[in-house]
Amino acid sequence: MRVRRRGASTGSRSPWYGRIGFALVALGFLVLAPATLSDFGLNLFTKYLCYAIIAVGIGLAWGQGGMLTLGQGVFFGLGGYAMGMYLKLQAAGPGKVPDFMSWSGVEKLPLLWRPFQYAWVALPAVIIAPMALAAALGFMVFRRGVRGAYFAILTQALAAAFVILLVGEQGYTGGTNGLTNFNQAFGFDLADPTNQRTLYIVTAVMLGGVFLLARQLMASRYGHLLVAVRDGEERVRFLGYNPTAIKVLAFTVSAGMAGLAGALFVPVVGIISPALLGVVPSIEMVIWVALGGRSSLVGPVLGALAVNYAKTSLSNRFPSGWLYLEGLLFVVVVGFAPMGLAGMIGYARSALDRFRRSPASRAAEAQRREEEAVPV
Amino acid sequence: MTAILEIRGLVTSFDGFKAVGGVDLTINEGELRFLIGPNGAGKTTLIDTVTGLVKATAGSVRFAGKEMLGLKEYEVVREGIGRTFQTPTVFERLSVVENIDLAATFRRPLSSLLRRRRGVDDAVAAALQDVGLVEFADKTAGTLSHGQRQWLEIGMLLVQNPTLLLLDEPVAGMTKEERTRTGELLQAIALTRTLVVIEHDMDFVRRFASRVTVLHEGKVLCEGSIAEVQADPVVQEVYLGRAADRSGGVPSGVESHQHSEVG
Repeated sequence: MRVRRRGASTGSRSPWYGRIGFALVALGFLVLAPATLSDFGLNLFTKYLCYAIIAVGIGLAWGQGGMLTLGQGVFFGLGGYAMGMYLKLQAAGPGKVPDFMSWSGVEKLPLLWRPFQYAWVALPAVIIAPMALAAALGFMVFRRGVRGAYFAILTQALAAAFVILLVGEQGYTGGTNGLTNFNQAFGFDLADPTNQRTLYIVTAVMLGGVFLLARQLMASRYGHLLVAVRDGEERVRFLGYNPTAIKVLAFTVSAGMAGLAGALFVPVVGIISPALLGVVPSIEMVIWVALGGRSSLVGPVLGALAVNYAKTSLSNRFPSGWLYLEGLLFVVVVGFAPMGLAGMIGYARSALDRFRRSPASRAAEAQRREEEAVPV
Repeated sequence: MTAILEIRGLVTSFDGFKAVGGVDLTINEGELRFLIGPNGAGKTTLIDTVTGLVKATAGSVRFAGKEMLGLKEYEVVREGIGRTFQTPTVFERLSVVENIDLAATFRRPLSSLLRRRRGVDDAVAAALQDVGLVEFADKTAGTLSHGQRQWLEIGMLLVQNPTLLLLDEPVAGMTKEERTRTGELLQAIALTRTLVVIEHDMDFVRRFASRVTVLHEGKVLCEGSIAEVQADPVVQEVYLGRAADRSGGVPSGVESHQHSEVG
């Protein structure tokens, strides 16, 4: 038997305007964007959506859970390479090795590659592989109380090590070139704009799904617990919870999201390489989230889209200037608007509310009308 | 009376300094015990050691017959020992009812927490009622006053249904009315549970204590009713000696009280 009370009793169910907002944005993404953007523009936008999926994950781990992960590129890469390996084997045809292997003198398909001939292995692997790595890493480090800057450095080291591994094992991984030259995926020609449009819809739906998953997690008791661990891990221990499990779950889910993004990225952009997932890209991913606003779930999506759009359009015009601008933006946001873009929107809204409600402004408004009413 | 908590020869040292230097302490079931002593007497360290926050150097802590030393903090809580801290630490972003709800679900598996909370559980509503925060249920914990936070923390403990509660200076920083209310709350809790309260405020101790243990320099100095403790010449020595050389940092409540009644 439960006592039902008004207000708090409903938990944090999304208000009606939240649902309508989500529906409108979904409509915009699914109908408006494909209808108005060129093939090229839509392809770019699909790439941004992949980045937004990573950002939702970082928002979950860092924004909500306080785990600053500077190695999200690794999980993105694992998803990307898993997908890339499958596509590469598809391109090579049955029984043959991918082109770059024969250039390196590898004539027989390596053991690690063999399962990726099958879609039923490769597709689950894009999510499971990063999640498994994150769970193992998280369990090891969180149990020992590694957190804050130490955790950040550790994940960054992981990103660096992953790149060294990829570059070093050229015969197995394609080295610095990565995996590229995919002509088709699942029997669909990737150069065909129609298929790219389908891929866009798939990516947009995935982003929506990932966002709703994060939302659901944060509205649950688990979400409250995650925030509680972020704000007072010690205290949560004295409530009888083991914070390790709580943190590992959020970190693992965020890794799975990055892996999914990587898998979608590969057929959209046509390449996965160490340059896309090393230390610098991993830091950039965090910057998107910081700029968008890590304290909300919308912020990271906003940040990923805005920063990447700005990057594309500005780095065309000022090729060397972009990095400085990005760094400057990061400093400004951290220093002056820690809530990011989403925070600014929230701030503007509450300021507007206050302006509307304040008696002084209403009096001023009335006076202005009176003055206007006086005939000149 | 059966002993619920038995501390034997407990030593906790930090880099050679013995914050707790061989404490023997027995708490009986249903007791409301006050732990007093000058600053640095080792009161908080004692609680920290019992609850697994700090590692003991030697000794044993048996709770309901089971050894607690070596258990992790959350394992100690699951055995039935709850604690609060000197500065109340509640989750400021969450509402009052969410704070208590979070405390209530601590025995549930993580997977069952992935769903949203629907309504307020009876136990949560009862805890809200006990600590008098019903009207603040939907307020963010960050907006509560200091005293209300302390009550919220006690509410978070109560909902977990612990056998033994260890409270670290629950009335510090409270107004006079809040102290009275807290004291009455503690007495009500002691009807069904065992309580150990660290306290500095001697007026409060005199009003609500039945049995008092005095700690000094990491050791138990004496134990007994408040009258017995106050009459003990060694206790007077410790407090008056400290009060004489003002640098000792003796809590003001103790100081003034000792001057007026013992001296």
